Amino acid sequence: MATEKQHLFDNPKNVQRVLYLLYFCCTVLFILDFVIHRHLVHPWEGLLGFYAVYGFVSCVVLVLVAKWMRTFLMREESYYDRTELDPKEIDGGEHVGH
Amino acid sequence: MWAIDTPAFIPLFLVSVLALFTKGNLRGAILLGVIALSGIHLWNVPAGTSVSLSFLGYELTPYKVDKLSLMFGYIFHIAALIGVIYSLHVKDTMQQVAAPLYAGSALGAIFAGDLLTLFVFWELLAITSVFLIWARRTERAYQAGIRYLIVQVMSGVILLGGLIIYYGKTGSLDFGYIGLDGIGSWCIFLAFGIKACFPLLHNWATDSYPEATPTGTVFLSAFTTKVAVYALARSFPGTELLVFIGAAMTCFPIFFAVIENDLRRVLAYSMINQIGFMICGIGIGTALAVNGAVSHAFNDIIFKGLLFMSMGAVLHVTGRINGSDLGGLYKSMPKTAMLCIVGAASISAFPLFSGFVSKSMVMSAALEEGYHWVWLMLLFASAGVFHHAGIKIPYFAFFAHDSGLRVSEPPKNMLVAMTISAILCITIGVYPGWLYSLLPFDTGYNPYDATHVLAQTQILFFSALAFVWLNLRGLYPPELHSVNLDVDWIYRRFLPRTLKASFSWIWSQDAMLRSRVLEQLDNFYNYLARLHYPGSKASQVRPTGNMVMWVAVLLAVYMWLLLSFVN
Repeated sequence: MATEKQHLFDNPKNVQRVLYLLYFCCTVLFILDFVIHRHLVHPWEGLLGFYAVYGFVSCVVLVLVAKWMRTFLMREESYYDRTELDPKEIDGGEHVGH
Repeated sequence: MWAIDTPAFIPLFLVSVLALFTKGNLRGAILLGVIALSGIHLWNVPAGTSVSLSFLGYELTPYKVDKLSLMFGYIFHIAALIGVIYSLHVKDTMQQVAAPLYAGSALGAIFAGDLLTLFVFWELLAITSVFLIWARRTERAYQAGIRYLIVQVMSGVILLGGLIIYYGKTGSLDFGYIGLDGIGSWCIFLAFGIKACFPLLHNWATDSYPEATPTGTVFLSAFTTKVAVYALARSFPGTELLVFIGAAMTCFPIFFAVIENDLRRVLAYSMINQIGFMICGIGIGTALAVNGAVSHAFNDIIFKGLLFMSMGAVLHVTGRINGSDLGGLYKSMPKTAMLCIVGAASISAFPLFSGFVSKSMVMSAALEEGYHWVWLMLLFASAGVFHHAGIKIPYFAFFAHDSGLRVSEPPKNMLVAMTISAILCITIGVYPGWLYSLLPFDTGYNPYDATHVLAQTQILFFSALAFVWLNLRGLYPPELHSVNLDVDWIYRRFLPRTLKASFSWIWSQDAMLRSRVLEQLDNFYNYLARLHYPGSKASQVRPTGNMVMWVAVLLAVYMWLLLSFVN
């Protein structure tokens, strides 16, 4: 097998670098809360790191709830096809037609 | 023949006729040329232009231009141009003819000055667009197209019923402010709501858009729902119900988007989420909120188009669209990956990208008008949209685990179309002044103050942090080959099953009844037969003398009657 060119994220170090950059940005943004004075409309906006915490918690809740929804919403891929399509039409794969 | 008040849909209808009789590069050139000219023409049409005519005793205004409709007119031209460039490589007359007809119907609908004209274009939107789904030419696309058509035509029928009742009540067919008052206006509201993907009425979009052709979905995502948003902005601004409907629309689709495997279906859910922001802005109804709604519609057409184009490109070159089958494509499609990331950044409303300059208006308006719970929902949805559209789409398509697919970049025209969209996303994000000058109200809003920028950036970066954390902890739901049940389960599974079950019950009852009657008849025949068996009553042999005696008896009775009642 011909060796393929090494791509950017084939090197785990680069992935780690991206993650460090993200952690760094998050830290800076959190610190900026102390530095930048914002005009508040809602009292919660004044809480320390409100937007940061809200963003983080929202996403975790979103994913965990969505994961839980799978337990009762998820069906096998051919769930509708079996009744709606001719048996010979069901091949599982996606094909571009045009 | 050509005048300043020539309605905007006419060039597009004409060009679709030309597209029918031409081929290849010539067809592409004609389509691009005419749509571009039509756009330039519209740019010179001043607000206030209108055409009126009398039809069957009704005063109709088939063409009416104002600032609100002009804004949608511009963006529909831009969307049609980008869509045509994106589909230049397609050699399918059905799609090439249907697409400009569809765009023309959208233009006709937004420049309609009365509800009857609106109804005509409303139905044309449905009929012309379904061909973009059927053009996929699979059995599944055909079925999805039929379901799409039924829902869309039903929306039109409800609109027609509503406008008849509304006309009876008010004596006016004017397509202006209607407001929720009386059954006619509720019908109109519902008809708009179906096309705008209100919760529970939304499923037609997520059902059909992913089944259309790679290029068809780009057109579909631009027009139908945005015409509905426009109609709501025109007829129901400030209707408080819309605030809550909009807020619900921003939140519920993102859960489905997180667990959906088909990446174009993820985008369809994400589209409902974005429309939610617009609907919410229309419901709040202040100048700032309506500006936010309209400009977000404008931006959404571009960045959602860009995302659909990038996923269409992936589908075009790999033949796959499920997150579970993709990954690592950045290695062979770096340009598409970059363009997709621009779209993702725009929909996530990163500062300096287009989504930011419009969505922040709706958020600010919700907060200022005291809709605090709604504001929290919108904030949740903002984090969520970054999660499922901003990260999930590019991540699972272009990064994640390497699927081993080694392909090439899509055709040049696709890349050009995506590049134009990407440039627009960034330009509008960096210089929002141009977009703001088109808006119906002048509010002097500035999105780039420290408060907004910091708040939005914090939300986004910490959402990204949550994604990373969930992934590293192995909590993130994997992409799985699956179908997730949604409202369509009711009409694709529950109703057919129920009907089947009830019909089979009716048939079984019917069969039972028939067999009983047959049994009774059988018994009767048997009885008759038995009467004639040897030795039974009907078969007894009686002597002739009996007969003579009975005749004598009859005669005697007769004579007695005759003699007793002689007079």
